[in-house]
Amino acid sequence: MASDTSKLGFYLLLAPILLWLTLLILLPHIGLFVVSISEKVGPRDYETGFGNYAAFFTEPLYWRTFARTAIMSILATALTLLLGFPIAYYIAKITKGRTKTTLFLMCMIPFWVSELVRTFGWMILLRETGVFSQVLQWAGLVSGPVEMLYNDAAIMVGLVYTSILFMVVPLVTTLDSLDDSLIEAGYDLGGTTSAILREIVIPHAMPGIVSGCIVVFMLSLGNYLTPILLGGKDSLWFTGMIYTQFITRFNWELGSAFGFLLLALSSLVVFFGLRLSGRSLAETMGRS
Amino acid sequence: MTETSPDLAPPDLECRALVKAFDGFRAVDGVSFDVPQGSFFSILGPSGCGKTTLLRMIAGFQSPTSGDLLIKGRSMIGVPPNKRPVSMVFQHLALFPTMNIGENVGFGLRQRGVSKPEIRRRVGEALERVGLPNVSKRRVDQLSGGQKQRVAIARCMVLEPDVLLLDEPLGALDLKLREHMKVELKALQAAFNTTFVYITHDQSEALVMSDNIAVMNKGRFEQIGTPQEVYHAPRTAFVAGFVGDANRIPVQVVEQSGGTLTLKTGGGAQLKLDAAAQGATDWRPGQKAEVFLRPEAVDLLPASEDQTGTVNMVPGVVDAVLFNGANSTVTVRAADGSLMTAALPQTGALAALRKGDAVTTRWHPAQARCYPAAEG
Repeated sequence: MASDTSKLGFYLLLAPILLWLTLLILLPHIGLFVVSISEKVGPRDYETGFGNYAAFFTEPLYWRTFARTAIMSILATALTLLLGFPIAYYIAKITKGRTKTTLFLMCMIPFWVSELVRTFGWMILLRETGVFSQVLQWAGLVSGPVEMLYNDAAIMVGLVYTSILFMVVPLVTTLDSLDDSLIEAGYDLGGTTSAILREIVIPHAMPGIVSGCIVVFMLSLGNYLTPILLGGKDSLWFTGMIYTQFITRFNWELGSAFGFLLLALSSLVVFFGLRLSGRSLAETMGRS
Repeated sequence: MTETSPDLAPPDLECRALVKAFDGFRAVDGVSFDVPQGSFFSILGPSGCGKTTLLRMIAGFQSPTSGDLLIKGRSMIGVPPNKRPVSMVFQHLALFPTMNIGENVGFGLRQRGVSKPEIRRRVGEALERVGLPNVSKRRVDQLSGGQKQRVAIARCMVLEPDVLLLDEPLGALDLKLREHMKVELKALQAAFNTTFVYITHDQSEALVMSDNIAVMNKGRFEQIGTPQEVYHAPRTAFVAGFVGDANRIPVQVVEQSGGTLTLKTGGGAQLKLDAAAQGATDWRPGQKAEVFLRPEAVDLLPASEDQTGTVNMVPGVVDAVLFNGANSTVTVRAADGSLMTAALPQTGALAALRKGDAVTTRWHPAQARCYPAAEG
């Protein structure tokens, strides 16, 4: 009897996660997959086949946007890492006590408002009548208004800005656990600053780097707001394309196929990223 | 024997009036010493006495406020730690967990741009010298505490430093291993013939291993000497109390006459000391002082023995017997309530001593040391 009740308890505790997994993740994906392999041959008339996937490969706009999204996301991840690492190192290793908490909090504060508001903030700075343009005109560096919005650089700025916290937090955590005496030992044994960074600090921070990169890459790849608002109409992003298929074109079949392609892409990039850094997903997620 | 007299060569390490001041506080306060080549020098002091700051200044992690620091006659002021001919064994060893043992030991050589086969040869040699051949491929966490210790030493010694600094490296080991590593460290030092500067708060580590000991307190060196000097002829009350065990008796000076110093305890008992053994201190009658007496200097006599005519004999009752093998002690309470700790003789003569037995303590006037009590 006792074991029966404990079993019941176990399943009751397990139920929410199981429900969440099946109802919110498994079922919708099965549904989407079924939709993605149905081809419309007439009104309310569908056939099973991979025509939607074929359409993706035959139409250059689709796969070029796809590739562009992937490359820009990787670039954004790399930039975020380059920018986030010194910040994290400064917070974790150079500052102490109160300054450390304050700096860490200052990294977080922008994230208390919604991504939409933050992106609008960048629009106020970058647009033709915006702050930067006016300052440049006032300083006499340019003769007329400058438009800094609606290009790839603006998208990149927005992507890095929205995701940097997710790089800084895991990095601060891993760098915090690096014993200062290891760095001192490195210097003591004749290491230069760059050698110590390369041989001691970065290998130690690797779990943080990998998990930060995975999160930032996923966020960039799946970002919708930033590319649309900062990139304008001409700047295509794959999530925007999925939105168009579902909402504007009402072509759920193609939209679902795109969704699956995006899922495949992110899984593939994460897989190669882990391969490259020689780590398993379990130890990366477990340690940070 | 050789042409070059050791006096002409500059000492491996020399500190001249070294001071390190933090906000309104002097962690190291005018320390001067030199360490000759190939000797084992210990800095012994309680935690917070400034010994770690001193070591970090020698290693180059902190710069002195004033004074000079020379290694092989060359001033090290302004030289960064990675350019100094010293290596340090850290308190928690600081072996790099992301590298295997071979990579750890080879780290310093890699930084110097030594060729790969040469690194492999020298790493192998260094590991062999510390008695750990064929561990190159192992991970750090696969070694035991004592093995890690030896790897940390090999990692420093492979660079052939002029001075090896050791920051309480035995602190994290268990007692048995610590005893073993003491002997091992001393043997390694002799084998490498490198100057070791060792800091510790454990007096037995310092006494066992060192050629010279500096006893440090509140940023200053109280005494520098051989272990025997520091133990048998402590120069200050602090040294007498810190190195080894001692009975501490607060007293008042009665008089000094004919080489004998007569003192009076709080309980009224008279003590007589050899004035010659006390250095050149000028004693005033009525002055407050403290007598330090080693437990092994105290003889225990059966109460029945004749007590007339001898000095420093106090009858008492056994208060406690602390059996600790070779270090067993007996605490004796005198009639005036004062306690005296005496070592239990190894002969087994008094093995039957129990709490409550009547005994008499006696000590020789030359074996106790007296220091003026700090004023105020």
